[in-house]
Amino acid sequence: MSGAVAVGARDSEPVAHEAILEARGVTKQFGGLTAVKDVYFSIPRTAIVSIIGPNGAGKTTFFNLLTGLYKPTEGAISFDGDEITGSRPDQITARGVARTFQNIRLFGTMSAVENVMVGQHARMRAGLFGSILRTPRVRREEREVREKARETLSYVGLKPQVHDQLATNLAYGDQRRVEIARALASDPKLLLLDEPTAGMNPQESDELTQFMRRLRDDRQVSILLIEHDMKVVMGVSEQITVLDHGEKISEGQPQAVRADPRVIEAYLGKQESERQH
Amino acid sequence: MSTPAASAPVRRGRMPNLELPQKAQLPVAIAFVVLLIILPFFFAPGGSVMNNLVLAAAYAVMALGLNIIVGFAGLLDLGYVAFYAIGAYAMGYGGSLFLSELTGDKGFAVFVSGPAAELPGVHMNFLLILVLAIVLTTVAGMVIGLPTLRLRGDYIAIVTLAFGEIIGRIAINGDEIRLGNFQLTAGRQGITPVDKVQLPGLERFTSLDLRAWYWLALALAVLVLLVNFRLRDSRLGRAWIALREDEVAAASMGVPLVKTKLLAYGTGAAFGGMSGAFLASYTNTVNADQFQFSFSIFILAMVILGGLASIWGVVLGAIVLSVINNYLIPDVLNSVPQRLGLDFDLTEVTAGIFGFMLVIMMVLRPEGLLPERRRKLELEEGIGSDDAVYEARMA
Ligand SMILES: Nc1ncnc2c1ncn2[C@@H]1O[C@H](COP(=O)(O)OP(=O)(O)O)[C@@H](O)[C@H]1O
Ligand SMILES: [Mg+2]
Repeated sequence: MSGAVAVGARDSEPVAHEAILEARGVTKQFGGLTAVKDVYFSIPRTAIVSIIGPNGAGKTTFFNLLTGLYKPTEGAISFDGDEITGSRPDQITARGVARTFQNIRLFGTMSAVENVMVGQHARMRAGLFGSILRTPRVRREEREVREKARETLSYVGLKPQVHDQLATNLAYGDQRRVEIARALASDPKLLLLDEPTAGMNPQESDELTQFMRRLRDDRQVSILLIEHDMKVVMGVSEQITVLDHGEKISEGQPQAVRADPRVIEAYLGKQESERQH
Repeated sequence: MSTPAASAPVRRGRMPNLELPQKAQLPVAIAFVVLLIILPFFFAPGGSVMNNLVLAAAYAVMALGLNIIVGFAGLLDLGYVAFYAIGAYAMGYGGSLFLSELTGDKGFAVFVSGPAAELPGVHMNFLLILVLAIVLTTVAGMVIGLPTLRLRGDYIAIVTLAFGEIIGRIAINGDEIRLGNFQLTAGRQGITPVDKVQLPGLERFTSLDLRAWYWLALALAVLVLLVNFRLRDSRLGRAWIALREDEVAAASMGVPLVKTKLLAYGTGAAFGGMSGAFLASYTNTVNADQFQFSFSIFILAMVILGGLASIWGVVLGAIVLSVINNYLIPDVLNSVPQRLGLDFDLTEVTAGIFGFMLVIMMVLRPEGLLPERRRKLELEEGIGSDDAVYEARMA
């Protein structure tokens, strides 16, 4: 059945709700600089897709637009069928988008468990008075949230011995894991990972690749990945989008993108100019 | 690879680490509170020691309130005196002759007995006044908080300082602000006398026996202490720490910044108002001269001296500074400059002394007397928020 629909999918809008996230003509300017320019982009449900591009291409800025940290100068973004253009980051998180950061941004003075508990904020209900009175419901919620935090930490591969260590004292790879756990704690439908393998050794990168697939299959999470490691990108992505100078210059399946002359030029040109410096 | 030990800061070891082990905390806390409850039996009921105890407890309530704003949520509030003022005026309006022109000779009494019920003006039971003070200061706290929501660090300090000054000015000039028969404040002349506290089922407090005042102040302090502990270890407390450390990450994890900050401002302000209402009744006056910037610094100094966000530290800071301010400086050391041949009293330079103490503290032990574990880390290892661009803070 799905095969038959696929043929006509281009023209028939009604079936189109297969996309979990859709960006339409999104532009972001910082003063005179256009960091993201008129990008149309969508993520199929429970797919793993990647954005690649040279440094400064606008990838992180695009993430910040999707998660509400920046407001688009132009264009619109919808998630799971609803407009989220201009929504606050916490509202977008509550709807089911979670992310990690290119430079790890854990809460350093909190333990790994506490970090992941913060990640569940949007899924918790305890208010001011409930917390002061510590009602049975609040107690139960605290206990469940703490348990779920430990489960999530174990799920991303953090050893139980280090669950209660302060985030700053964790090894680099473990900090990356905790950040992913913190994002997963909000039960996202879409997970955005910004260069998650930066600083990892090849074995750790492999593990992460496996992990992303497992995550998608176990929890039906869609994943959007920004990644420099081509082995990871080519191995895991169903679709790759290439940004250069804020513009989408190519999009498609890994093999097609890899062979696209514009992509090769963007990367080679980059290397060329780096060589000259 | 650098081990944690290798990067251990130099500062550690200069002074002993006074943090209690987790298990010892509850028994020690209970013993401490019990000691505080029986303390009045060792002193004259109307003497100066009791007076100092009452003031220390009332200031501890304020310091713990400010700790929620500055310590937990990291919002540097330099205008906390505003809540003292608003709480005090709640008492002034609700328990004195001040509004007698509005009420006429008959007065307006709510759940009070004795002579006060017959007097002109409004005379409400102290519990109702507390509720009034809490409501007014919570609203004021949020209103003051609103314009600071987009701001960071130093700018929050400036805006809150300005609000404290505005409230102080209004208090001073309020005797000129009239609406028909209603006069906003009594200015520098002050509202006096103020009703003594009356609680349901108890006799009205008197100025001869300060023990009742002390136990009430202690009850308020224990209440705010409990609130501090419970909020610290809650969803909200974690959200405060998260946004104190990194607003961008906190918002991205689902913490609504506006709501979370306003809850800190509102909760912290409410305790300032409670203590303000109490102090107005205890000191028997609501005088605009009490509401000055130096008072904000006085309370802030308690929080910093004890250790930002450290609940027991803040209690200690409040006791130490209260005793220095109300006993050591005026009663013990006041004449020292004159004996040295200098022409001033020590009470005239109180603010300077506290400023000096803060400087010394910042140099020797910036994390405070009883440091909070997280704050210590932030100071020693430079963990904390950076100023990433973030547009959607308000929205
Ligand atoms: N907050 C900001 N203010 C001004 N310029 C920015 C800001 N964020 C990113 N930029 C600029 O936008 C461009 C794209 O940056 P970024 O999205 O971080 O690229 P990438 O993640 O692809 O390496 C860069 O030129 C960067 O300097
Ligand atoms: Mg980037």
